[in-house]
Amino acid sequence: MTDTKKSKHHREPLFHIVKRDDLPWWKAWLIRISAIVIAILLVGVISMLLTKVSFAEVYEIMIKGVFGRLFEGGSTTMLWKFLQETAILLCLSLAVTPAFKMRFWNCGAEGQALMGGLASMICMIELGDKLPYPVLLGVIFITSMLAGALWGVIPAVFKAQYNTNETLFTLMMNYVATQIIKYYVYIEGGGSNTIQPVATGNLPIIGGNRYLLNVLIVAVLTVGVFIYQKYSKQGYEISVVGESQNTAKYVGINVKKVIIRTMVISGAICGIAGMLLVAGTDHSINTNTVGGQGFTAIMVSWLGQFNPFIMVLMSALIVFLRMGSGKVADTCALNASFADIAVGIVILFVVGCEFFIRYSVKFKHSKKEVKA
Amino acid sequence: MKKVLSILLVLVLCLGTCMAFAGCGGTSTGSDKADVKVGFIFLHDENSTYDKNFMDAAKAACEEMGVEYAQKTQSPESKKCYDAAVELIEVDGCNVIFADSFGHESFLMDAAREYPDVEFCHATGTQAHTAGLDNFHNAFASIYQGRFLAGVAAGMKLNEMIDAGKITADKAKMGYVGAFTFAEVMSGYTSFYLGAKSVCPTVTMDVKFTGSWYDEQLEKEAAQALIQGGCVLISQHADSMGAPTACETAGVPNVSYNGSTVSACPNTFIVSSRINWAPYFKHMITCVQDGKAIEADWTGTIETESVLLTEINEAVAAEGTAAKIEEVKAKLLDGSINVFDTATFTVGGETLTSYKADVDTDANFEKDTEVIENGVFYESKFRSAPYFDIEIDGITLLDRNYG
Repeated sequence: MTDTKKSKHHREPLFHIVKRDDLPWWKAWLIRISAIVIAILLVGVISMLLTKVSFAEVYEIMIKGVFGRLFEGGSTTMLWKFLQETAILLCLSLAVTPAFKMRFWNCGAEGQALMGGLASMICMIELGDKLPYPVLLGVIFITSMLAGALWGVIPAVFKAQYNTNETLFTLMMNYVATQIIKYYVYIEGGGSNTIQPVATGNLPIIGGNRYLLNVLIVAVLTVGVFIYQKYSKQGYEISVVGESQNTAKYVGINVKKVIIRTMVISGAICGIAGMLLVAGTDHSINTNTVGGQGFTAIMVSWLGQFNPFIMVLMSALIVFLRMGSGKVADTCALNASFADIAVGIVILFVVGCEFFIRYSVKFKHSKKEVKA
Repeated sequence: MKKVLSILLVLVLCLGTCMAFAGCGGTSTGSDKADVKVGFIFLHDENSTYDKNFMDAAKAACEEMGVEYAQKTQSPESKKCYDAAVELIEVDGCNVIFADSFGHESFLMDAAREYPDVEFCHATGTQAHTAGLDNFHNAFASIYQGRFLAGVAAGMKLNEMIDAGKITADKAKMGYVGAFTFAEVMSGYTSFYLGAKSVCPTVTMDVKFTGSWYDEQLEKEAAQALIQGGCVLISQHADSMGAPTACETAGVPNVSYNGSTVSACPNTFIVSSRINWAPYFKHMITCVQDGKAIEADWTGTIETESVLLTEINEAVAAEGTAAKIEEVKAKLLDGSINVFDTATFTVGGETLTSYKADVDTDANFEKDTEVIENGVFYESKFRSAPYFDIEIDGITLLDRNYG
């Protein structure tokens, strides 16, 4: 039968793309996991080709770069560093997730976190010796959340009132925030272009570990965001607005209110991330304090399908690759940008694999199989 | 399903092949006899002339000493510097950490407090002698000696121009492109000027600041402005090729910094001074190997070969420059010449007899230490980083930039 078709000179393309019916969840995850595995293997192959290091050694260096000498009975310092990095990325991802679920493309996590950090920094410097420590901590916490929320709510108000494009608006707000930080560092740090670490208003160190508190706060936030999205009325409203604004209006949800409220929350969580970085660990601020993680967070949120618990794994994966490939770059005298390339490869694969989850590729001969 | 299986098979095969190759690879690191492993923290990477100078010296010193080392490039002057130090200690097992940029200091000291068993050395810093940390050290080099010698070459060139009738003696004006109006730069251009003045007494100098350690365009424009303002020879203290290329285009002789620029500027490059960090690296490694304490401040000199001049470009330099430089160098070595001899310069028409410099770091930049003894301003004696910040007669600052 196929022969007769061909004889009609109807040239069939080598393959064509068909929209899939719903894939069972385990198949979808199988595709995602294989994409990650292939990407990681590819990173290994590229490292191997660029350096004299063998394939297995690449991963050995990566694991050592992330966990230090933990597995040789060494200290847990690097493990905590890994947890800290994961926590910060996760915190930013948690922040953008409610907005994303509402189909509000908040690309401004970077700026919102920077403003939160700036609020912390100003409180630490200006109020450090004026307020009792517990009060100071409270002030830092509240002002950071407010600063982040303010930076998030401005685009939201414009979106709600005038339907401006929130992607561009939030992106632009990042640049404004970066320049404000630059100016602040200039007036506060003088010619050296750095603000020396400030000793006052630092978050307390608990259990003798400088990262433990950050990790705990983000853990609580993770559970909080999960419950908020899944079980609260507001979380439900977010989903409805995200699915269809008209439906939301029809059922009597105040869409403008939901947009503004959600961005206040989104910005406030970014503000917390900024506070954890500035008051928690860095005790100083510069334009690179958030280091582009506000953008990586967008990926994490997507990869995690807006599910906070899957986002934990995704943040950990990205941080692992970033730290690990950074170590490969250092050890093998590759350029430090190699870490970005490695993370880029993995993100490309994971995003790309979504295509194969939604669509299937049918090859010419596979049709034969189907018919046979 | 078949497809999934075949993909899996291909994967397994790929993995297998790679594993097989794994056996052939393997790194060859230095001998493991030494119980010293140095971790280097660099601000940028090899694309910056400043960092490359450190990176080359690190490699040379460690290979010569047969010591293992690890490095962390692109470490900004923030908590990332602390993180880099922790990583080098925890992951790579380094027991000596070195950082190359001024702003690294506080963050490195933070790590030093946490790891008392690890030695921390820091280039260009100012706080070690007052920090009260046994394992934190500063280092610098008396680059002012190198600049003085380069200044001699510049003065010789000016004399040649005067003798040839190209300029009159009162028109012997040099130009200098500096980054910031800080002691480090002021010490540098003053020593350069004094070097030139020692052979060409009528020399004057104009200085312009760019406000950046690396900005090719700004440095180029500053050099062009100086040339238009009548400067017949240019030198610079900033890290890009801006000033040298502006000189090459305009045909104005240039005394360079950080290394030779002769390949890009064959018709104008005279000579360049640079700091060689290898002697310090060897010193700190030896100290740790022998269990000796490293000084809070260490200043490399021409004697320790920490301060070097590149080869002289004979095509541009005045005749006899090499011999003259050797002669002055010998006098610097035996102490018969001092760069900042107060008899050789005046401030507001007066000879300096006493000067308090800001040697100890504090928020108010308090001038705390008397640095003139027996008619000499002793640079880099009370701490390794420069503190000469006097504006002397003969040098005109066209602008100022304090960052």
